[in-house]
Amino acid sequence: MQSLLFKTVFLFIVAFALNVSAAPVETFKFDSPETEKSFHKLSDELRCLVCQNQNVAESNAGLAKDLRLEIYTMLSEGKSEDEIVEFMVQRYGDYVLYRPPFKPMTWLLWFGPIIIFFIGIYYVVRFLKSQGTDTQIDKISDEDIERIKNLHSEQGHVKQGSKKV
Amino acid sequence: MEKIQPSLLKRLMPLIIFIALAALLAIGLTLNPRLVPSPLIGKPAPEFDLPLLFNEGSFSNKDLMGQVTLVNVWASWCFACRQEHETVKQLSRSGVRIIGLNYKDEPDDAKNWLAKLGNPYQVIAVDYNGRIAIDWGVYGAPETFLIDKAGIIRHKVIGPLSSKENYDELMSVMSTLEK
Repeated sequence: MQSLLFKTVFLFIVAFALNVSAAPVETFKFDSPETEKSFHKLSDELRCLVCQNQNVAESNAGLAKDLRLEIYTMLSEGKSEDEIVEFMVQRYGDYVLYRPPFKPMTWLLWFGPIIIFFIGIYYVVRFLKSQGTDTQIDKISDEDIERIKNLHSEQGHVKQGSKKV
Repeated sequence: MEKIQPSLLKRLMPLIIFIALAALLAIGLTLNPRLVPSPLIGKPAPEFDLPLLFNEGSFSNKDLMGQVTLVNVWASWCFACRQEHETVKQLSRSGVRIIGLNYKDEPDDAKNWLAKLGNPYQVIAVDYNGRIAIDWGVYGAPETFLIDKAGIIRHKVIGPLSSKENYDELMSVMSTLEK
């Protein structure tokens, strides 16, 4: 039993280890460490549109390769990170960005989770408050005592009625 | 009666929220994530000047002007291009000007492909390394752009033109354009 568990865990580790090593490798020569950093940052943040759940850095698709080369070329020409992002968005739209831009169309996307969180907080507070008021009754109002008395006398009436049968 | 209704609504609230959420997710499932709207719609066709597949000379974005034109991005390695080829040929026969953009293809392969299946293109420009396709926001073949007389991109079809949905959509946009 224990060895089966061990084998399973081992298989999982091997499977995931293989997965990691699948990232494509190309050799680009960079003028400076800053440029290299920019290159990795950009290719990490841009989506490969062919294989949509991968970024440009990880994908083996032809287009991702072309885009990596494009990023490299633009950086070598001295273009800034913002210029390159702008270049991509002009061609492929906001969808190419893994981090969606902050603008009226995406407000719901950015604020949605916070709004839902506060709605949740509101209901929790309301629930806790209603729990509290239940235990706080320490005096029965005169009005209620009167009603209870009335109910009692009504019940007595019914009992008397049933006795008569 | 007046007292029952709010509490009934309150009790049904989880069900209502569940149905609303389920409906929202169901709509999400029917959308095709491959259809990324192009930011180029309504903008002038990106600049390019490319060599031709069959003749000497070149074809540029300026040559697109003056006539409603389809720019069809295709390659001999692209399976869906074969799928849409009959439709492209039919469109060409019906008098639509179709320019081919041969995307990341070997010229010899492209020529053989056309010899076998027929050539519907008035002109074929060659984008050998796919650099111009990036300017056009192409992320896979086939893709087809509808360009109006003034050289403005009016519509983009992602995937084969032979799909009824794609074809109908293209036709409806095309019918609004001045010939």
